[in-house]
Amino acid sequence: MIPLIPAEAVEPELPGLTEAAPALDWWLLAPLLTVFAAGVLAVLFEAFVPAGRRGLQIALAALALLTVFGLVLAQMATLPEEGALLAAGVLAVDRTVLFFQGTVAVLALVSLMLIAERRDGRDAFAAQAATVPGSEEERAHIMAGSQHTEVYPLVLFAVLGMLMFPASNDFLTMFIALEVMSLPLYLMCGLARRRRLFSQEAAVKYFLLGAFASAFFLFGIAMVYGYAGSVDFADIRAAVESGGAAVFAGGEGEPLLVMGIGLVGVGLLFKVGAVPFHNWKPDVYQGAPTPITALMASCTLVAAFGALLRVFFVPFGGSVQVWEPMLWTVAILTMVAAAIIAVTQRDVKRLLAYSSVVHAGFILTAVVANSVEGLAGAMFYLAAYGFTTLGAFAVVTLVRTKDGGQEVGDLDQWAGLGRRSPLLAGSLGLFLLAFAGIPLTSGFIGKFAVFEAAVAGGATPLVVVGVLSSAVTAFFYVRIIVVMFFRDPEGEGPTVAPAGVLTGGVIALGVAATLVLGVFPQAFLDRLLPGAEPGAEPVSVTVHQVTAASGEG
Amino acid sequence: MIPWLTLAIALPAVGALVLWALPRASAETAKRTALGFSLATLLVAAGMALSFDVSAAGRLQFEEVHPWIPYFGVNYAVGVDGIALALILMSVVLVPLVVLAGWNEHDDRPDGGRGYLALVLLLEAMMVGVFAATDVFLFYVFFEAMLIPVYFMIGRYGRGDDRARAAVKFLLYSLAGGLVMLVAVIGVYVYGGTFLWSDLVGEGGALSALSPETARWLFLGFFVAFAIKAPMWPVHTWLPSAAGASRPGTAVLLVGVLDKVGTYGMLRYCMELFPGAVSWFVWPVVGLSLVSIVYGAVLAIGQTDMMRLVAYTSVSHFGFITLGIFALTPSGQAGAALYMVNHGLATGALFLIVGFLIARRGTALIADYGGVQKIAPKLAGTFLVVGLAGLALPGLAPFVSEFLVFVGVYEFNAVPAVLATAGVVLAALYILWMYQRTMTGPLPDTLSGLRDLSGREAWAVGPLVALIIAFGLYPQPVLDVINPAVERTAEENASEAAAVADGGAEEGDEE
Repeated sequence: MIPLIPAEAVEPELPGLTEAAPALDWWLLAPLLTVFAAGVLAVLFEAFVPAGRRGLQIALAALALLTVFGLVLAQMATLPEEGALLAAGVLAVDRTVLFFQGTVAVLALVSLMLIAERRDGRDAFAAQAATVPGSEEERAHIMAGSQHTEVYPLVLFAVLGMLMFPASNDFLTMFIALEVMSLPLYLMCGLARRRRLFSQEAAVKYFLLGAFASAFFLFGIAMVYGYAGSVDFADIRAAVESGGAAVFAGGEGEPLLVMGIGLVGVGLLFKVGAVPFHNWKPDVYQGAPTPITALMASCTLVAAFGALLRVFFVPFGGSVQVWEPMLWTVAILTMVAAAIIAVTQRDVKRLLAYSSVVHAGFILTAVVANSVEGLAGAMFYLAAYGFTTLGAFAVVTLVRTKDGGQEVGDLDQWAGLGRRSPLLAGSLGLFLLAFAGIPLTSGFIGKFAVFEAAVAGGATPLVVVGVLSSAVTAFFYVRIIVVMFFRDPEGEGPTVAPAGVLTGGVIALGVAATLVLGVFPQAFLDRLLPGAEPGAEPVSVTVHQVTAASGEG
Repeated sequence: MIPWLTLAIALPAVGALVLWALPRASAETAKRTALGFSLATLLVAAGMALSFDVSAAGRLQFEEVHPWIPYFGVNYAVGVDGIALALILMSVVLVPLVVLAGWNEHDDRPDGGRGYLALVLLLEAMMVGVFAATDVFLFYVFFEAMLIPVYFMIGRYGRGDDRARAAVKFLLYSLAGGLVMLVAVIGVYVYGGTFLWSDLVGEGGALSALSPETARWLFLGFFVAFAIKAPMWPVHTWLPSAAGASRPGTAVLLVGVLDKVGTYGMLRYCMELFPGAVSWFVWPVVGLSLVSIVYGAVLAIGQTDMMRLVAYTSVSHFGFITLGIFALTPSGQAGAALYMVNHGLATGALFLIVGFLIARRGTALIADYGGVQKIAPKLAGTFLVVGLAGLALPGLAPFVSEFLVFVGVYEFNAVPAVLATAGVVLAALYILWMYQRTMTGPLPDTLSGLRDLSGREAWAVGPLVALIIAFGLYPQPVLDVINPAVERTAEENASEAAAVADGGAEEGDEE
């Protein structure tokens, strides 16, 4: 978006327009550019490197994600506290954004371990996705050992979107980030090696519903543009605080703003999977290849919440009274409805999907708190939840039918797992206890952080609803433990595929993160925000940087 | 200075880890290791008790404060006053006896009892921690985390087909209560700005400026969790099924120690953190306590299973404890605190003896026994003594505490005191009738050859009987430790208590 209008034609109220090339901070852009370059390179590999490129692709993707994480860490040390605007103000980076980017990079790296895992020379993805399931052609491809190494560039592009999503500083960039993130995910959902029809159904559902959500989001942007006369976050915030763009007198633009916030909210709440926009989650989580489900359950959630926090705290930060009732309603609906529906589920992946919905509800209570503590609480919660859920899905990939066949989703068939593989069942038990928020796990600290912020922010009734639905969710987590540990195996029962180094590594990382963040969270909490002393200003730190930068411009 | 409390928490926790790390095939080693660690913990606790300054039992001693999560103002803070010390001592006395009493239970388990004994030791660490914690957050952490070992002890190592259900019921009840308490814990932090108990309580404490309405809500949040834990009617239903599905050893720790956390919490947290809210809750709680006393006793009479029967008697006994606490008189609260210790000893012994019967015949049904005293007189005799302790016979320890509770409640108001005597009468009925049905009468053929108390079993239950008799005849040492702590609470509630007593007297007259 480089405007090409001659300088003398510029109206005085549009100081941002100039013919000079925008100053690009290459250093701060480096994480995005790294992933982008790696993605493009991976596509070229697909085209020019002959068979046997799988190792190369994995190495490239891992290297790119590691580099991103290293860069983010280095930037964290050098970035000024108020943050910085990048690329002509379409992106903004501050500590919060760097935290989200770093978390996405690490979680994506861990997901990559799951994605790269192979059993008997086969990974979790279809030999040739374009063939009709069950056809001769498909068989031929399976026999020939075809594989989709395109997964790796797709992951890289999805991660690019996730890195951009919370860093966007105007709505158009945010929309582009949303699409860059979502399109590869739609594709990857349909790539499961087994139960392919199911997987394709999930992909189509996700795509259709996702397209609707994007449309809502875009429509909302139009409304907000109509109200504020700009898509830039700082301008919108200024407009909200002064009662709308210059064309509106006496607050008559208010309906536009309310509709805009509502529609943009729908788009974002769809991505985090809050009720009533959650319906895609169970189907998609169940149908998608489990490693991709793990990627979505961890990274996508982090990125989507990063964007959601940014949108509600920065451009809409001045209209709390408009969105707070909306988020109250959605948070209550999410926590209550998802917890109750989850009780009736029989399939592990669907259960974890509903559990993810409930957790989104818990994190929303921290958004409602609208405070620095709430922001920090949500950040901690997301990181902790990401590791735990990755570990849980890693366990799911290992429990299979008798002859090492497909994954066993049905809970009844998990009976007696604790007797056969105590370590595996014990790890999953720990993850479930963390989901339930039992002390000495990361889940408890996260829950405490968001609920504490919500109570301090005056949302005590929301917290009461939260703890009550926590009690309901505990029921189904505990039921899985009952099935695994207290029941005898029925008949043959599931077999546990021997954990490869990668999957075993993911589980071990999940256990370690769950325990360390649960028992010694201080070191991590200290680094969440720059000088986040409790009781600081009730708006995100991102605000300082946005307003300061727009003032300079 | 020796960090006694940290030592008493860490030692059993290390023991649990050692047990888990032991090789599979070493059942005998596992048992010995568990007994060794629990005895070592007992020694540590004894050492602590000896260096405890009784003359200053009203204030916290052996205090340790280390920052844990400064971000939330959380400290690892432990310390004990007289009440906490007595309860910790009771807990660490019970654990080695439980290990000893269940010595042969593990022989047919594939893991040789490693898993179960490790959980027992882990639970011991948390029991000491929960009584010693002087940071509300730390208390909550122990309060919730200790559910997990018990959940596995019931669900995985319990008795009967219903154990998984009973374990889930136990866990969900306790978790629901605990989560409600979490809101109150957060509230304490938001309003008080600290979790340190010593900074929160008292005149000019961080919570002294709380508005009465907020204080009431926070009080209620804590109280719900403690009432479920205690357990008080009508949220007691998890206890009989949990105890019925437990091994006797689990039941001893569950009813003898875990449930005390509820009443201890009422005394320590509800009363002291929110003195302004107490008066508002006195009469409702007294009413619920009376219902618990009578209801628990009546249901105990109707039980056919001895484990469930003892569990219901405990519902009745916990009614006395809460009644004593909420009478808000020094003797009532001293009686309640003493009751907690004595109940742990008496009920623990009762469960152990039922456990000996189960070990012999594999059943806890009353109908399966009869005439046991003819062939196992020592077993029957011990059963009678601890049973009589359960019904508070003078000369045995529970009598002293029950008497103090009655005195305290009478000072507060005569009506509940009179109503509570129904519990004493019914206690005689359920205990003696159970004894009569199982120990006297003709000996059925199925029981021929029943062994009498073995040496190991005598060592397991003997110390408890000795303590029951000793504290029955000379309760002064325990009272010396408990009283100053109770008086401190009572002083803080003094003005409130007076106001309530006046109001209560008027209400009593109306009745």
